[in-house]
Amino acid sequence: MKKLFFAILFSLPLLSGCTKSGDEIRVGEFGSLTGNDATFGLSTNKGIRLAIDEVNEKGGIKGKKIKLITLDDQGRDTEAVQVVTRLITQENVVAVLGEVASSRSKAAAPIAQEYKIPMISPSSTNPEVTKIGDYIFRVCFIDPFQGFVMAKFASENLKVKKAAILRDVKNDYSVGLADVFAADLKKMGGEIIADLSYQAGDVDFKAQLTQIRSKAPDAIFIPGYYTEVGLIAQQARDLGIKVPLLGGDGWDSTKLSEIGKEAIDGAYFSNHYTSESTDPVVRDFITRFQAKYGDTPDGLAAMGYDAARILILAMERAQEIKPNLIRDEIAKTKDFAGATGKISINENRDAVKSAVVVQVQGKSNKFVTTIHP
Amino acid sequence: MQDFVQHLVNGLSLGSIYALIALGYTMVYGILQMINFAHSDVYMVGAFAAYYAAKWLGIENQPGLMSLATLLVVSMVACALLGLTIERLAYRPLRKAPKLNILITAIGVSLFLQYAGQLVFGADPKVFPEVMPDITFFQWGDLSLRSSDFTVLIVALLAMVGLHFLIHHTKIGRAMRAVSQNSSVAAMLGVNPDRIVAMTFVVGSSLAGVGSVLVGMKYPKIEPLMGMMIGLKAFVAAVLGGIGSIPGAVLGGLLMGLSEEMVVAYLSSTYRDALAFGILIVILLLKPAGLLGRYQVEKV
Repeated sequence: MKKLFFAILFSLPLLSGCTKSGDEIRVGEFGSLTGNDATFGLSTNKGIRLAIDEVNEKGGIKGKKIKLITLDDQGRDTEAVQVVTRLITQENVVAVLGEVASSRSKAAAPIAQEYKIPMISPSSTNPEVTKIGDYIFRVCFIDPFQGFVMAKFASENLKVKKAAILRDVKNDYSVGLADVFAADLKKMGGEIIADLSYQAGDVDFKAQLTQIRSKAPDAIFIPGYYTEVGLIAQQARDLGIKVPLLGGDGWDSTKLSEIGKEAIDGAYFSNHYTSESTDPVVRDFITRFQAKYGDTPDGLAAMGYDAARILILAMERAQEIKPNLIRDEIAKTKDFAGATGKISINENRDAVKSAVVVQVQGKSNKFVTTIHP
Repeated sequence: MQDFVQHLVNGLSLGSIYALIALGYTMVYGILQMINFAHSDVYMVGAFAAYYAAKWLGIENQPGLMSLATLLVVSMVACALLGLTIERLAYRPLRKAPKLNILITAIGVSLFLQYAGQLVFGADPKVFPEVMPDITFFQWGDLSLRSSDFTVLIVALLAMVGLHFLIHHTKIGRAMRAVSQNSSVAAMLGVNPDRIVAMTFVVGSSLAGVGSVLVGMKYPKIEPLMGMMIGLKAFVAAVLGGIGSIPGAVLGGLLMGLSEEMVVAYLSSTYRDALAFGILIVILLLKPAGLLGRYQVEKV
């Protein structure tokens, strides 16, 4: 009896592997639904769900509905590895969507590569992410490009000669942007007069800012995430620093202005998309998003939507719903008109597209200029 | 020179926050010889209590003394109740158990509060209401001093003096010291140790409540994991000052804040924590009981 019990107990995991039903396509998503940058994961999830619900309402792909399985990695690298392993080995997904943060995409990508499951990151901009293997894609531009965009904007539009950098030293994304910004600004004739760092989770930045103030830069580049940037802006204002603050897409959250209040107004950051765009594709996306959720999509929601759309289109083109065939079709994506602009996937599995620079004005961001690759 | 004074002010202001939290650690340790790791999470709950109270009372956008007083009271009461509950449910049943058990329980309670906090309050950061207008009251060239920098320092010093008075000059303080020396003898002499320990938690936790409102004013971003890093640093500050010693906690906190600030200012911002903690290790190597700690003879 006891033997039988254990036999059943141990065969349960095997059985669960067989529950994969033939009438649905299982797609996995992992993201930070809780944790320090939870709004990233939640926004992305809204975009992805919109794309998948839309295709399901139209009858799905090849007559099969898509089932989205979303797991929370709590914003932690180790957790990302675990949930992606679970998505692939237990939930039997054919493709994985995620993550926003480059460090978590990098942690999880080797798993997807090992099991040969295509993974599309909606907004991890660190160059290393897609170098992990031929199954790893992204639908956003990469850090060198964002660093280049802000360096070009600083030097051409703001006429910055001396810039300071304040980077999040534990974050691949932030370090990547800072390095490229520094190199490109020097090429354009500017100089970096201070390069300081902080760590995500810090609340006090006055030491670094006092140091920067003494060097009197024309602008400060802070390629961090909104939670810290809001506080940094306030403390910079407290110390009497009035030069423009510059940043990247990690600033893209309505919380930025809630935390930074008027101190962050007037700061510039590069982004994937602006809700002010007049492009009909973008307007259409915004209308549908608002109808479903009642609020305006941020950049991350738009990226999530585009990532899911590119996956859906690849699955439609593929002969069969098999991970390797889907991979090949994703790689062929060309001139896809997405909510974040025209996207082509290049030979490095990175997206080629333009970036916008926006200026923070209270809760909304004002479109300033578009910078092309 | 102006920069140096600015760094000094920044460091003292940051250090006074560590000091305020460190007082809670050191107080419980002084009476119970246990490290209450949940202290920094009680502090987090205090911040959220004040946040929701401000929303509910509609005083989010009415900075002033009245709002400050209200939120301080709310937060202190919430923290005291929580501290009391934790003591009653988690620590009291283990009073007679080996010290290690109660330490591990404290870590468990801390994790419980952090993750329950994410579930109840949501994990995304919230913006703490503006309680007091923060003004620049002194400007000299580049040097600017803000009122919030000094409020925390003054409150930490007041709390230190108050606690010292409570423990050394009141009846309940004498009972606390008696329980800390030998709880069964104290019980024989008519002190109710359970009540005294509960009292210790009430006082220690209300201090966390005060801290949470003051820190919320200064750094208006609160989230369920906010206690983790500040708690760790406050704990180190308490050890540095000599755990169990009340002036030691304040001294340790201020030193901790200053060393972090000065490392960034004159050495390297990348290795801030490594160097700041390195300095502390050196101090502890020279004075293992902490700056103001007393060496205790182990009874065999």
